[in-house]
Amino acid sequence: MTTETVPQQDQGVQELERVTIRFAGDSGDGMQLTGTQFTRTAAVFGNDISTLPDFPAEIRAPAGSLPGVSGFQLSFSSNEIHTPGDEPDVLVAMNPAALKTNLGDLPPGGALIVNQDAFTQQNLTKAGYASNPLTDGSLKKYNLFEIPVSTLNARALEGLEMTNKQVDLTKNFFALGLMFWLYERSMEPTLRWIEEKFGQKPVIAEANIRALKSGYAFGETTEIFHTHYRVPSAHLAPGVYRNVTGNEATALGFVAASKLARRPIFYGSYPITPASDILHQLSGYKEFGVRTFQAEDEIAAIGAAIGASYGGAMGMTASSGPGIALKSEAMGLAVMVELPLVVIDVQRAGPSTGMPTKTEQADLLQVLFGRNGDSPMPVVAPATPAECFDYAIEAWRIALKYMTPVVYLSDAFLATGSEPWRIPDVADLPNIEVDNHTDRATFQPYARDPETLARPWAVPGTAGLEHRIGGLEKADITGNVSYDPENHHRMQTLRAQKVAGIARDIPHLQVFGPSAGDLLILGWGSTYGAIRSAAERLQAQGHAVAHAHLRHLNPFPVNIEDVLRSYRRVLIPEVNLGQLLMLIRARFLIDAVGLDKVRGKPFRIAEIEEEALRLLDTRRTP
Amino acid sequence: MTDATIPTARNGDGPAAKDAPLSEANAAVIKLTRKDFVSDQEVRWCPGCGDYSILAQTQKVMPDFGYAREDIVFISGIGCSGRLPYYMNTFGFHTIHGRAPTLATGLKAARPDLMVWVITGDGDALSIGGNHVLHSMRRNVDIKLVMFNNRIYGLTKGQASPTSEIGKKTKSTPAGTIDTPVMPLSIALAAEATFVARSVDTHTEHLQETLERSGRHTGSCFLEVLQNCNIFNDGAFRGFTDREVREDRMLLLKHGEPMIFGKDRDKGIQLNGLHPEVVQLGGGVSEADLLVHDERAEDPYLAYMLSRMWWPDFPVPVGVLRSVDRPTHDQLLQGQIDDALARSGPGDLEKLLHSGETWIADRA
Repeated sequence: MTTETVPQQDQGVQELERVTIRFAGDSGDGMQLTGTQFTRTAAVFGNDISTLPDFPAEIRAPAGSLPGVSGFQLSFSSNEIHTPGDEPDVLVAMNPAALKTNLGDLPPGGALIVNQDAFTQQNLTKAGYASNPLTDGSLKKYNLFEIPVSTLNARALEGLEMTNKQVDLTKNFFALGLMFWLYERSMEPTLRWIEEKFGQKPVIAEANIRALKSGYAFGETTEIFHTHYRVPSAHLAPGVYRNVTGNEATALGFVAASKLARRPIFYGSYPITPASDILHQLSGYKEFGVRTFQAEDEIAAIGAAIGASYGGAMGMTASSGPGIALKSEAMGLAVMVELPLVVIDVQRAGPSTGMPTKTEQADLLQVLFGRNGDSPMPVVAPATPAECFDYAIEAWRIALKYMTPVVYLSDAFLATGSEPWRIPDVADLPNIEVDNHTDRATFQPYARDPETLARPWAVPGTAGLEHRIGGLEKADITGNVSYDPENHHRMQTLRAQKVAGIARDIPHLQVFGPSAGDLLILGWGSTYGAIRSAAERLQAQGHAVAHAHLRHLNPFPVNIEDVLRSYRRVLIPEVNLGQLLMLIRARFLIDAVGLDKVRGKPFRIAEIEEEALRLLDTRRTP
Repeated sequence: MTDATIPTARNGDGPAAKDAPLSEANAAVIKLTRKDFVSDQEVRWCPGCGDYSILAQTQKVMPDFGYAREDIVFISGIGCSGRLPYYMNTFGFHTIHGRAPTLATGLKAARPDLMVWVITGDGDALSIGGNHVLHSMRRNVDIKLVMFNNRIYGLTKGQASPTSEIGKKTKSTPAGTIDTPVMPLSIALAAEATFVARSVDTHTEHLQETLERSGRHTGSCFLEVLQNCNIFNDGAFRGFTDREVREDRMLLLKHGEPMIFGKDRDKGIQLNGLHPEVVQLGGGVSEADLLVHDERAEDPYLAYMLSRMWWPDFPVPVGVLRSVDRPTHDQLLQGQIDDALARSGPGDLEKLLHSGETWIADRA
């Protein structure tokens, strides 16, 4: 499209309910930063938002290559939204490779903004284009905007003492400025960010400011875009909000848990994608008494965490699937010695190294059963980035009250995705304080609380409570080493009963929609948004469809079977090949149907909606 | 638990510290005896095992440190040595194979006030747990690691270990092991341990003295105890540890003293170029020509040389090879927390939750 074809009088503002933008470019193009800046700006404005960063495992794959493409999709809305959007309304492609890998998701008529300067013969070849898509007519069905971003940006930065390469690195802010204009968003939050980030480097700061402002001015003064858009702020529940990713909310939740329990955190971790950010963040909270420990390996990370819990601290460790595999033996030790511990698994695509930066929820059976012996561990799983805060506290509530290791299951989509979070009032947070045992007259290492079956927490330094624990089977009550067959059976049963009993202490499974009907869509973890949106659409179409989402995977809420049996069909969408499905079928002999998708991407709403409609339809036809 | 703080009344290592109590608060506790450290559990090692002696000497020295029983923790891995904590009337944790140093690291980080011992064996420490020995030593975690070296896997009934001599025939190596053994003390030194020592199960007085020195060191301690497994590797060290030969075949290290050995104290260790050499005193060689032991040398060369010496080429050195001071892991960790507290005061949760960019939604 060229400027001549646009009648000037069309210039105006159009109000939209929701917009989904995807920024895509080379991993060196700063697409994650661009997306994050737009997200913050939309969040501060008061939109509801949901984001999906999508980046390669390679830090810098060859420039211009297909594997090097990094993307960031965000959806912002004046209504409550649950997902980052099935498909973008706008695709910003900074080079041919980004166009090639992302164009398939853009619907016909969608806006396509490209950096014309990057469509050189060399880049086209790298991306595998035989001819230039900008000129060969293949993009006709899209609303194409060709903008020489690199050239315009370089012109705006003229006179600054910078290398060409440095100048080129700021072109993402030109694109960002343009998008700010297009969607009527203030540049202020980003300008403030630049000041904070580059305050010490005035030239770089000036360059980024100029890039941003010239992108904005370009939108304002040229007539390429005949309309720009406004997405009013959302009707969110009253309160103070901030934008959080799942990993941020997780770290904040743990600090809160430490305050609530009045015990210091010890966080042992070995770097692994996508869990490392929790370590990075917690290591900055030393004034909260947080002790972080970058261990020599995954095993040392959990070993040290167990040692810290043994000493009375809140021992924690985090990893992703491959690291959880390494920690398994120590997780079994924690089950045996019945010490509080939280093990965080930020799931990614497996098996083995798999696709380290891509999301999946296929470690459910691993954390439930991936240990020798019957080795029961409670498992909690937040459903949204903001919910990560609540379930970090919930994991610790269970661990402390029941003296047990607990698994906290997140995933790459939750960990890196973000949404507005209504900051809770500290006074409203639950009290999870637990006392150490100090009375020597009543002390038995494996005597149990009659209600919770928890054993006492008798930490070193407590006079008269000297005792020995370990991985060998324990005699009931005394905790001495025991090979007695009857005792082993009793202890196995007690450990299982203790974890099963937590069901009495967790909320009932809630249902969104009719309390009985044709179809229940059951989910867990990060599929929440897509399932909820699909259920909303189906309900709007008049179907008797409900959505229930499990946050406790072990034990299940006590009413789960009643809920499942209230619907003719049960559909379980999972980003794995049917793990919760297997549990539900095995436990309740219910003929639930799975919908699996393991492509390293979250579900789209439409995928769930289609499958639900298919099931509803099957019911009607005999 | 209140936030644990680093005990400040701790003494450094070295002879001067020997008779001083480790902590003033703990010195006030009733004087304990060996019997106070004997647990009610029946000891279940094979009769004649060297572990009995190590246990007895450990229980014997325990009262000397001035720690109350409840402030002492024994952490072990898997193997025959791993059972020791059950027999100590202190806090004890029998963990999993090779990982005892990791639990000790976490415990010590959370609770610097405790005295933490790690009990391990040659397989536990150098095979499955090698990585953790390396890193706990280089971090200078304030743990007293005692490695029972019997050059065999005992609990699994007699397979070659990482310290088994090359060619050793065992159940798992019927044609002889083809793996070169490691020298445990060389590894400890390479891993930057701040205290490195060796003793022998049957040399009870020396063992007691070396355990005592180990307990008084602040920082990462690696003590190798040559221990006889009379079932699967009987007499592994007899060639130089037996009463009749030990003086001629072992070198008793003493800080600041020349390296002299032999029943008649007529042999010594001299440096020839970069190599140690056994020399006969007299006939032109005097004490002044001999190497003088310096356990506190900043550079580890002398200690490393000693760690490589082994009978029959050399007398086997026992005693403290190296003892230097470096800030411990828990001290440095606490230091960073203290710095953060001094800089910004105690963390305020309300403020933390509201950090970053926030906005208010007030429409219903």
